Amino acid sequence: MTVSAAPRRKIRMHIRPIAAVCLAVVLFWTIVAMFAPLLVHYPVGDMVSYDYFGPMSGEYWLGTDYLGRDIYSRLIVGARYTIGIAFVGLILAALIGITLGLLAAAFGGLFDMVLSRAIDTFVGIPNLLLALVIVAGGGSSIPILIFAITIIFFPGCFRFTRSMAVNVNALDFISAARARGEGHFYVMIHEILPNIVGPIMADLGLRFVHIILLLSGLSFLGLGVQPPFADWGGLVRENMIGISYGSPAVVVPSLALASLALAINLLIDNLPQRIRDQLE
Amino acid sequence: MNKRILEMIGGRLAVAVLSLFLVSLAVFFITELLPGDTAQELLGQAVTTEAAAQLRETLGLDRPAILRYFEWIFGLLTGDLGYSHVSDRPVANLVAERLPNSLTLAAITMAITIPLALGLGIVAAIWRGSIFDRAISSAAIMLVSFPEFMIATLLVMWLSVYMQWLPALSFIPATADFRTIVLAFIMPVSVLVFGSCSQMIRLSRAAIADAMATPYVEMAVLKGASRGRMVLRHALPNSVAPIVNSVALSMSGLLGGVIIVETVFNYPGLAKLMVDGVSTRDMPLIQTCSMIFCGFYLVLITAADIIAILSNPRLR
Repeated sequence: MTVSAAPRRKIRMHIRPIAAVCLAVVLFWTIVAMFAPLLVHYPVGDMVSYDYFGPMSGEYWLGTDYLGRDIYSRLIVGARYTIGIAFVGLILAALIGITLGLLAAAFGGLFDMVLSRAIDTFVGIPNLLLALVIVAGGGSSIPILIFAITIIFFPGCFRFTRSMAVNVNALDFISAARARGEGHFYVMIHEILPNIVGPIMADLGLRFVHIILLLSGLSFLGLGVQPPFADWGGLVRENMIGISYGSPAVVVPSLALASLALAINLLIDNLPQRIRDQLE
Repeated sequence: MNKRILEMIGGRLAVAVLSLFLVSLAVFFITELLPGDTAQELLGQAVTTEAAAQLRETLGLDRPAILRYFEWIFGLLTGDLGYSHVSDRPVANLVAERLPNSLTLAAITMAITIPLALGLGIVAAIWRGSIFDRAISSAAIMLVSFPEFMIATLLVMWLSVYMQWLPALSFIPATADFRTIVLAFIMPVSVLVFGSCSQMIRLSRAAIADAMATPYVEMAVLKGASRGRMVLRHALPNSVAPIVNSVALSMSGLLGGVIIVETVFNYPGLAKLMVDGVSTRDMPLIQTCSMIFCGFYLVLITAADIIAILSNPRLR
């Protein structure tokens, strides 16, 4: 593969309709999570109706839950928990994983080997199992959940960044940079990172889906966000008995979660071929 | 089999043993060193500083963690799985009751998922770009996006509540006849198959697609081989390694699924036991269950790697 100054290509923004829809869904939930306090109708903990598992109505848009609380309001705030915790966890995992991955690729040798081996340990523990172990040890609180997500997902970020960075590291322009006397850190940040940032962002998107599914699964088991607050997984858990009444309390949070996860997955599946090729 | 292959397999086994050791360190110290204490948890509301200290001494929790780690790991190796203080029974008894149930569930799931997912992945690769391929790929991407508990609750709503065809819980009485047992298994197994097949379909399709891009497949095309022959005779044998790996890796997802499914359907398996253990902070139980799960997982990953080594024609 030869690397020369790439001719300036016309960037054609060809957006497929499905990608546009997905982007809209992702933006919708992001906005909902950010402005949740402005959108709720009732405080999340308040029992506002005597009607348990009440149907959808003008007053309670999505019905009421097993304690007669407004599901619409709990769903909106749930979005904030699910997306907020997952996002903070993702950022921490990405910071640690990407930094270590770049370091491993730039320095190489023994440092790379030891770091890769050590981090591979975590890959030997299935995700949800590791989450259970961490929650068992630390109890369930939001900082512990963020810690668990960071620990579980940084090894993947590390491995992905490292493998991308190692490929770039072998290219001519890196040798050129090293030959003109640039240090490891300069090479990492100014030469390697800009060339792999696209695939890394796409990879982080896929990881975000895994994070929200894991977090909801944990809450569904009763080990995530604790009552009276609830994220989407917790909402499904606490209203499980509503299944027999066909209550929207069980279905709506599931659908919210599925819509967000599906939108992100499809969005990344419809990225330009150039980035998708690097993802695989 | 030549010496090179044996060396590679030996190396892989050594790595597996080392990984298991590191995993045991991680499991033990994560459960031990984070704030929180079994003694306080056991005493609950009645906790006083003296009582907690007394109980800690009785349970041996006052000794250094590193010492207790070695006792624990030595116990595991000699078949002593520890003692559950919460349920006041040896962990070995608890595990022995539950493990066969979980293995049954996982075995049935794998027996369905593996042929189904690989079949669909291969067929999608044969007819790449066709409507069939796109339908399978879209279905796979949807299934990856849906949490298991959602698939489970929707199935329960549909099949148990509205149709009343299947039981909502998978508690199987000892006197149950064959039909009852089959009915109880349908929903949990379906959820697990849905949850674990999508990744396998995508990876096996991608592996075949990769092999299709190689020069020797092009050669087969030039010789006039049919599309099916090209895939099955030329591409597939060379994709065994990535496909077996994808199967092993999806076991991580399967375990996650088993944890959720056993909880939803109240199925008396090991994963449910462990989730209950986490709620009651029954550390010896959690540690042992984790090691059993990680042990199985590592055995599967290692087996996959060994199959990949054996299947590599260049090493034969």
